[in-house]
This record gives sequence, C-alpha cells and structure tokens, in this order.
Amino acid sequence: MQRLCDIIHAQQLTDHIYAITLEAGELGRLAQPGQFLHVRCGGDVLLRRPISVCDAENETLKIVFEVKGAGTRWLAEKTSGQLDILGPLGTGFSVEGQHILLVGGGIGTPPLLYAARAAKGSTTAILGFGSRSQVILQDEFQTICDNVILTTDDGSAGEPGQVTGPLENELQSGTYDMVLTCGPKPMLRAVANLAAQYNVPCQVSTEERMACGVGACLGCTVTMRNGDNLRACADGPVFDAGEVNWDV
Amino acid sequence: MCDLRVSFAGIAFANPIVVASGTYGFGREYQEYLDLNELGGICVKGLTLHPRAGNLAPRIAETPMGMLNSVGLQNPGVDAFIRDELPWLRQFNTKVIANLSGNTVEEYGILAQKLSDAGVDLLEVNISCPNVKEGGIAFGTTVEGARAVTEMVRRNSTVPIMVKLSPNVTDIAAIARAAEDAGADALSLINTLLGMRIDIHTRRPILRNNMGGLSGPAVLPVALRMVYQVASAVNLPILGMGGVATGADAVEMMLAGADLVALGTACFVDPLAPLTAKQGLTDYLARHNITQVTELTGKVALHA
Repeated sequence: MQRLCDIIHAQQLTDHIYAITLEAGELGRLAQPGQFLHVRCGGDVLLRRPISVCDAENETLKIVFEVKGAGTRWLAEKTSGQLDILGPLGTGFSVEGQHILLVGGGIGTPPLLYAARAAKGSTTAILGFGSRSQVILQDEFQTICDNVILTTDDGSAGEPGQVTGPLENELQSGTYDMVLTCGPKPMLRAVANLAAQYNVPCQVSTEERMACGVGACLGCTVTMRNGDNLRACADGPVFDAGEVNWDV
Repeated sequence: MCDLRVSFAGIAFANPIVVASGTYGFGREYQEYLDLNELGGICVKGLTLHPRAGNLAPRIAETPMGMLNSVGLQNPGVDAFIRDELPWLRQFNTKVIANLSGNTVEEYGILAQKLSDAGVDLLEVNISCPNVKEGGIAFGTTVEGARAVTEMVRRNSTVPIMVKLSPNVTDIAAIARAAEDAGADALSLINTLLGMRIDIHTRRPILRNNMGGLSGPAVLPVALRMVYQVASAVNLPILGMGGVATGADAVEMMLAGADLVALGTACFVDPLAPLTAKQGLTDYLARHNITQVTELTGKVALHA
C-alpha cells in the first residue's frame, strides 16, 4: 500500500541512528515482524529507502535507521510533517517457536524488537554493538524479552567481543528451537553457521541495494544455494539461513 | 474532452502511456497500486529462450537523479512467460508488448515465433545484447547487427515488431535506418546508457558487474535528443522513453517525435507515476485546446 503518514515522534538515538514513529493507519495493523517500509526521501535523492519496521502498535509504526547518505540524512532532519510510505513490504520472520533466540548486530537490531513482541514463546536477545555509545533499544528489549545479553566490540558495555561468543553458550544449552537474526553480512553468516552446527532452524534478515521495493525490478536479489536469485524485497528480506549461498 | 487514442504500427492503444521493460515485471507486482487497465501498454520483463538467473548483487547503484542497474536479464524464460504470465496479463484491457533478447540471431527468430504465436500484441526487440558468435559485440551497436536481428524477427513474427535502440552508439539515426530497411514496424528508444560508479572507500565498482545501465530523470535530455534525431531520420512510429517521470516529460517526449511514451524508473519512485503522468498529459491537452493527443507528435518548433 502507499500512504502519506504523519510523523508523530522523531528522536535521535545515537550519533548516527534515529527513530521515527508514524501514524500509519492500516499499514500499522498489517505490518508483520521483519517487514519493511519503503520511504521516499526528499532533496536530490531519487530512490526510496527501505527501512525495517522496529515496532508496531495499532496504527502506529516505528522505524529506526542509520544515517548513511543523502537520503537518510534528509530523513533524520525530517522531524515533523508527512512521509510518503510504501508498505508494509516483504516476507518477514516466522515467529513460531517455544524458545526463540534473537541475534542482532548494530542497525540490524531494530526489526528483532517487533519479532520479540510478536513471539508467543520465550525470547532471549543477544545484541551486539561497537561500543557503549552505539547501543540502541536496550530498555525496549529488556521490557519485552525474557533475557537480554549485550555485547560490545570494545567491552565498554555488556560482555566484551562479538555476539557469537554468547550465542554459542546459549545454543549449547539446547533449549532453543528457533534463531532469528539481522545485522551485517559477516555476522549473519557466522550466526547461520553456528545455528546449523547446533541443528537449530535460523531465519536471517538480509539487506541489498534496492530500487522498486515491490518485486518488479529484480535489483535486490540474494543468491540461494540452488543458484536462484531471489528478491530481498518480496521473497525476503527474511530467508531460511540454510538456503542462502554465503559464498558469493 | 481529449482523445488519447494512438494507432501505433496498426495497433489501437487506448492512451500513449506505457511502462518500460524491466521496470514492471509482468505487471503482477503493481496491480495492488493501480488499475492496469489504465495503462496504454505494458512492456514485459525482457525474455530469453532459456531461464536466466541474472547477475550477482549488487545490481543497483544510485546516481545523481538516476540509477544504474545490472540485473543481467534475469527471467523465467519465454516458455514460462507464455504459460504462466501471458494468460494472466490478457485479462487486462492493455496492450502486451513482449521484450525479447537473444544470444544469437537464430535465437531471436525462435523467440519471435513463439511470442507472436502466443498472441502478444507487439514484439519489442532488445538489440543491446552481446552477440556471442561475434565476440560479444552488442547487435545494436552496428548497422549490420541491427539489420540481421531485425530481418530475422520480421521473418518469424506474425505481429508488428518494434526494435529497441541502444543509445551507446555514435550515430543512432544510422542504426534506426538499418532497422527500418530490415522491416521494423516501429522503434523504441532509448535503452539505458552504459555507466559506472565506484565506492571510494573500497575502490571497487558498486555494481558487482562493474558497469550497468543508467536510467532515471538524469537521462531525459539524452533521450529527447535521440528521439528527435531518430524521428527525423525514419518514417516509423516511435515509443519514446528515458527519464520520463511526469505528464510534462511525456509532452516533451511527444513533441520530440514520440507517438507513445514509456515510464520506467519513475515507477520505482512512485507506483502511481504512470497514472499521474497520464493525467498531466490530459491536463496539458485541455489547457491548450488540443483534442487529439496525436497532434503533439513531432511538433517541436526548432529555432531557425
């Protein structure tokens, strides 16, 4: 669907990360965890920017994004008025499972919040960031999840190191029946490998440069093990980790 | 009331607004955003004889008011299109334009026969593909290549054929004349302009394919110039495209010499762009008391 959505709240979370809450009408009710909004940005930016749904409640939607270029910079400065939104788009997470392990890295953590809220089973979140100043959404995850483990690369908050250390500890407990993950590609690959090693199903949320966002242009494909190039915007962004070809 | 109907290569289009190949899939993805019956025609995703997986990602790079793509003709193959997509598309009151690409002249012939037998309205022949038998030189960059492909498609098609010209040539009018001589019923232009972008941090091209085709508003003036040059060189109807996003752009394209106008990249920005452009075109005609949209074609008044 396409809709002009009112910005009802805008907030800077870190040096480079911002949150916007939208009055999204029907889009809010339709949004599933792991889906995204395709946001039209102003200025000289042509293409829309795909941004994951961080949270949804009734008719409001929250998105969290990192400023990476002219489009997201424009969006960060847009603190009131309306945004032209296509969404909710894509195939999101299946949150089935009795004991779900959520593994997020950096700007990959926001979509896991909505997944945690939608999950019926218990949830443990492992959230990794570069350092304390880059941590986002910690309070929100702590409110929703049964257990939250924070890591930072420099050890300035939570456990020092990357998410894979605590992830292996948790997987060794044998209690989890689903892993959901979103973050930088090397992290996704490492999480997928560990989940496979412990025989736990794993869903990964991927990211690719995208144009149309609705499955028409075939710009944002992710290569599968069987050689198929599937569309991150329509077939994904969430894929079964075992089906993704991590070696291309 | 303005008459938007256009007779193009003998085909009755309800209006001149078309969507460009590769930007609209087979129409399914956009049906929830607009009524496909409102479009004059749909150029479907480029078809090849066999299914193609396309290039590795990244396939997209943004540029100033434009974008590069290197999808690599990913498509399910001509037979799957005829079996799975064409019957569905046929439920709409819009012209179905099948875009076809071959690796060899012979493949173009087989594709033309299959697609015209299947009952599409018009063939759009993509001659920008590399000729594998001639060391990968694109058919559309030489007069001989354009002529050979056009002749082959002409011989094997029972429906009108439209040759899609590449802008990556020195003299597009010469290629256009070759297509006309070889039996083309219409021309479409422009295909994308070959471009490149480089990530300054990694020093690698953004596209995995290194280079790709530029489209979007940035290319509109190039497209207008080429449509004007081709319209001046041949006596064939023209589907003009390249950077068209609004009704005003469509008017400009028609004044340059186009009979029909396609939107492509604009659909990515706004799924309603074709309808907004159609309304803008209608408003322009009303404002200028023009009763037939066809009166615009080629009516640019050059400076002396």
